[in-house]
Amino acid sequence: MLRKGFILAALGLAFVAGPSFAATHPEEPKGVHWSFEGPFGKFDQAQVQRGYKVYREVCSACHSMNLLSFRNLGEKNGPFFDDKYKNPNDNAYVKAISKDYQINDIDSETGDVVQRPGTPADRFPSPFPNEAAARASNGGALPPDLSVITKARPQGPQYVYSILTGYVAPPAGLEVPPNQHYNPYMPGDVSAFYKGKGHVPAGGFIAMAPPLEANKVTFDDGTKSTLDQQAKDVVAFLAWASEPKQTERKQFGVAAMVYLLIFAGLLFVSYRRIWKKIGH
Amino acid sequence: MSGHSNYEPKTGFERWLDTRLPIVRLAYDSVIDFPTPKNLNYWWTFGGILAVCLGIQIVTGIVLAMHYVPHVDHAFNSVERIMRDVNYGWLVRYMHSNGASMFFIAVYIHMFRGLYYGSYKAPREVLWILGCVIYLLMMATAFMGYVLPWGQMSFHGAVVITNLFGALPLVGESITTWLWGGFAVDNPTLNRFFSLHFLLPFMIAGVVILHIWALHVPGNGNPTGVNVKSKEDTVPFHPYYTVKDGFAISVFLLMFAVFVFFQPNALGDAVNYVPANPLVTPAHIVPEWYFLPFYAILRAVPDKLAGVLLMFGAIAMLFVLPWLDTSKVRSMRYRPTAKLYFGIFVLACLVLGYCGGRLPDDHVIGNLSTFQLLDADLNSMVWLSRVAAAYYFAYFLVVLPILGLTETPLPQPESISAPVLPANAPAGAAASPEKRG
Repeated sequence: MLRKGFILAALGLAFVAGPSFAATHPEEPKGVHWSFEGPFGKFDQAQVQRGYKVYREVCSACHSMNLLSFRNLGEKNGPFFDDKYKNPNDNAYVKAISKDYQINDIDSETGDVVQRPGTPADRFPSPFPNEAAARASNGGALPPDLSVITKARPQGPQYVYSILTGYVAPPAGLEVPPNQHYNPYMPGDVSAFYKGKGHVPAGGFIAMAPPLEANKVTFDDGTKSTLDQQAKDVVAFLAWASEPKQTERKQFGVAAMVYLLIFAGLLFVSYRRIWKKIGH
Repeated sequence: MSGHSNYEPKTGFERWLDTRLPIVRLAYDSVIDFPTPKNLNYWWTFGGILAVCLGIQIVTGIVLAMHYVPHVDHAFNSVERIMRDVNYGWLVRYMHSNGASMFFIAVYIHMFRGLYYGSYKAPREVLWILGCVIYLLMMATAFMGYVLPWGQMSFHGAVVITNLFGALPLVGESITTWLWGGFAVDNPTLNRFFSLHFLLPFMIAGVVILHIWALHVPGNGNPTGVNVKSKEDTVPFHPYYTVKDGFAISVFLLMFAVFVFFQPNALGDAVNYVPANPLVTPAHIVPEWYFLPFYAILRAVPDKLAGVLLMFGAIAMLFVLPWLDTSKVRSMRYRPTAKLYFGIFVLACLVLGYCGGRLPDDHVIGNLSTFQLLDADLNSMVWLSRVAAAYYFAYFLVVLPILGLTETPLPQPESISAPVLPANAPAGAAASPEKRG
């Protein structure tokens, strides 16, 4: 009886309890289903190709991807992999993409700084020569490198998708500082800028202006270019780039699990047979 | 290594070698013929599992060291390069990073097994203490290994942990500077951590040999805690325990594989995929999961020095445990009251781990506001960790010393064979093995 009373009292307290602390937590990222989820998930090659186009035409204006080389695009399970070219450096599409870039180099004869067309072995060039230049062009903020972005944030793919599609008009009473944008999925604390009533809005400020909008990128495969489609496609590309070996990893994993299951089964049967005569 | 040897050299070469270096005899006596109690359950398979874990860590670690670059400017990218450009580098690296967690899962189960079945009691005190030394070396190795990828959590974790030594009076600052090799965590720190991370596993392997030696002198304990009385009580290690351990190891590897292949980053912190930046501190610095209980004890104490001392004291408890427990009964199977306190102890460790992963001011129960007690709200992780930490120490310093003198244990069986062999039944005709698996 007494115990019941305590439990009821505790429950009662929980309900009448005052408002929680200032809302410093961002919104939970939106739930999205990805083709590359789960132990059997794979990338949709057409989607990753579209995603690369979004990165190239929009994101790459500010965001580097220092860990990626053009040859990666033509590797197995990559966006432009083609069975005809086992060596991605021979991949015609990859060669054409890399040739479109001008890469800083040094003339081996004279030592002069020169620019030459890219090759599949080159890394994706950075949009800015250094961090100071990147900050100067972006209102003091540094656009993060996107090479491993979906691994570097909790629930990475959902998070990046939510940021890209999550921009909303700031709630009444929230004063957005210059060169900043309100996004409920961005971690941060806006309480110092909130003069309205009630709960402080979730989320934070982000220096990046809403980067995507309908028809900003024209998809070559005729897919309708909505904001949502662009965001999903570029996230698929970034998820591939963060872990280019993940399809290979999962396929290897299924084989390893099957092997270990059979092995464990055989050992269990041996164990039962060997111990049969022992009373213990 | 102890007692009578049944090894008989079969070939001329073996006879020749046996009189010069009896290494085949050593192997035969230790892993083939070694008499092992026949009632060991699956909790006893974790020794073999741990040996496999150490082997995996050393082999994958040596391969990783061939490709890793211990320099602040290159470490992060060299790890990513291993995963992208080295053949099966992703496999080696994920086995190594998840292998650390698997190693700790296994060692914690192994230690709780020892606590429950009284494996630390005479004549196995040295065996237990050697195990504690291995555990300490493992913690040092894991901590330094986590620094090597030079991500945000690597760097700031290294700052927090090395700064703990600064809490020591008088010498603290000098020790910290000496550890860092400078005035901040920087390239010299990374270099020496890499060097030590390479060295310590071989020291672990050395202490493991001592641990097994110390095991083979008194022989294995067993779930009843009753000493081996006759040959009836034991079976040779091979094939009986090689096959049982082998089965347990393969099941353990199945769980290992789930993480390596399908959830390789689930046990790590996403922030560690952001390259280290000394100028930006992550919002929430947390160690890997296996250090969280100690982290909670550290943060439960408002005074830094006292917190550090308590954190190390929590491990020191394990070293002196053989002399704290006054009970003559080894296995808690026959100590019903101790069993209850042990259950609460396991719960306290889990609660400490939970608290260590949350912010100290986080509420335990949702929106419930209670009252301020001393320096923090009563409904906060700080107070929950304090309660759990108090129980942790009380278990060693109060419960085990007093309980051994006051409790009435249940009657223990005469011998290992007694509880399974019905009276007058012929040996070997009894219960099916899976019952007590």
